[in-house]
Amino acid sequence: MKNETIARKIFVVVNTAFMLFMIVICLYPMIYVLFASLSDSNLLMAHRGLLMSPIKTNIESYKAVLQNDMIGSGYMNTIFIVTVGVLINLLMTSLGAYFLSRRDVMLKNIIMGFITFTMFFGGGLIPFYLTVKSIGLYNSLWALILPTAISTFNMIIMRTSFMTIPASLEESAKIDGAGHITILARIILPLSKAIIAVMVLFYGVGHWNSWFNAMLFLNKRELFPLQLVLREILLQNDTQSMMQGTSVADGLSISETVKYAVIIVATLPILTVYPFLQRYFVQGVMVGALKG
Amino acid sequence: MSSTASKLLTERKTEQSWGNRLCRDLVKNKVLYLLVIPVIIYYIIFNYIPMYGILIAFQNYDPAFGVRASEWVGLLNFIDFFSSIYFWRILKNTFIISINTLIFGFPAPILLALLINEITSKKFVKTVQTITYLPHFISLVVVCGMIKDFTASTGIINDLIEFFGGQRTAMLMDPKLFVPIYVASDIWQGVGWGSIIYFAALSGIDSELYEACKIDGGGRIRQTFSVTLPGIMPTIIIMFILRMGSILSVGFEKIILLYSPVTYDTADVIASYVYRKGLQEFNWSFGTAVGIFNSVINVIFLLSANWISRKVSETSLW
Repeated sequence: MKNETIARKIFVVVNTAFMLFMIVICLYPMIYVLFASLSDSNLLMAHRGLLMSPIKTNIESYKAVLQNDMIGSGYMNTIFIVTVGVLINLLMTSLGAYFLSRRDVMLKNIIMGFITFTMFFGGGLIPFYLTVKSIGLYNSLWALILPTAISTFNMIIMRTSFMTIPASLEESAKIDGAGHITILARIILPLSKAIIAVMVLFYGVGHWNSWFNAMLFLNKRELFPLQLVLREILLQNDTQSMMQGTSVADGLSISETVKYAVIIVATLPILTVYPFLQRYFVQGVMVGALKG
Repeated sequence: MSSTASKLLTERKTEQSWGNRLCRDLVKNKVLYLLVIPVIIYYIIFNYIPMYGILIAFQNYDPAFGVRASEWVGLLNFIDFFSSIYFWRILKNTFIISINTLIFGFPAPILLALLINEITSKKFVKTVQTITYLPHFISLVVVCGMIKDFTASTGIINDLIEFFGGQRTAMLMDPKLFVPIYVASDIWQGVGWGSIIYFAALSGIDSELYEACKIDGGGRIRQTFSVTLPGIMPTIIIMFILRMGSILSVGFEKIILLYSPVTYDTADVIASYVYRKGLQEFNWSFGTAVGIFNSVINVIFLLSANWISRKVSETSLW
């Protein structure tokens, strides 16, 4: 018995240490980026090792970021894509989830199979690319909204959630003469606020972070969403496009801190919204996992 | 109701053909079917039409002629792929990255969920969870940007390596380091988020089972092996099967963001090869053929994993 307690105590200590390690490891990269973005660029380049605070705090990098056209247009495009995209996502996903959650529809199982089959087999990247192009969506922001209008996984989660609404509510509505549209709009959706919040979160974050379809279908720079602009800056060493009105020497050394500032500016919305929505998405995954 | 009357009614129901019943259903649920039409159109356009595009793999596709008028070449594209000097390299890389992600990345969320489950302070649990979920929400571009920065020869990881007496290297340029960097960052980003499902499973275990185990004299370790693990095993198995289904669709977005010609030797996988050859170099038919190869193998893995799971345990996807 006593050995058990000692062993248990050691375990608790080790486990707690491990958790603290996890916390540091998950948080510190972003903290480093934050500190670096607020630092003096020349001193930062000379610095070696971890940052415990900004070096000679200044906001030069943020000035450069906020004055930059590409960042501005990137933000505008992404905001458009997220807003319109999520609305379409909600509409399409609800329609599908509503249909698939009805109890007395003949073709339900066939259509369900039709849809879930696409989760396991597809044409591949090239046919997808050629199809989207042939519809005329090349160089249009709609190429980032329509092809991803429905996530089958999300729709299944929503369907599961709709199915938990008691049939008696629909029955009484039907007796009162309500048609399907009324039932969906006046009964199902108002009772599904939690799952709708989850969908907004899942789809919203998906749109905000996406870059690949933009890379495939857009070559007009003014259409680039934020992540694509970021990719140019962070991964293709293209901070030259960011330099406006500075001398070449200054331009070279600002670019380090500018990269960090750009990361913060692009990720800040997600980071601020995240804590508030945390319980919703945990709920969402759990609904999907337990009943899906 | 008399027995003859009810017999007549059931006979009438089975006498109606399927077609008849369908027509009546379409009329009765007219609005419902109308509501779902946009959904069906979506799947047809963006999922089933591309499937038809698979035909391109058997042709020498030219966008000017379209699918109907392009010349047919049978299995030529597949043969080209299989006999290409890069074939084995690509296959090897895909498997190595997949298997490494599986071995290290699959158990990690499970372990994390089990360990967090042992924490007694609810506040601490909440804190750990909130913070470990965070990396999942950071965009891939930002994560790769951070990787590129931290692993650069002037970056903080090299600072630490030098501090411990090692040599500085531009880590992303080293083919030998690509897989570890890839897997480690995958775990960093996914371990917290992945643990949510296992939490859901853990909370579904009947507490009476734990009681029974304690009464039988079981300590924490005994409980973990006899109650907890069997309790979440169905979830683990399902997650594993789903993982199998995408074994070859190794996260190619990340690979494309991180790789470079210098690291093709270990970084180039089937999906990135499709992207490079098929899209960037406009070899439509060739790229489609390789893509089909990818899909077919995924399906084989998925079906096998499901079949094995059905034989060995009671859990399977279908």
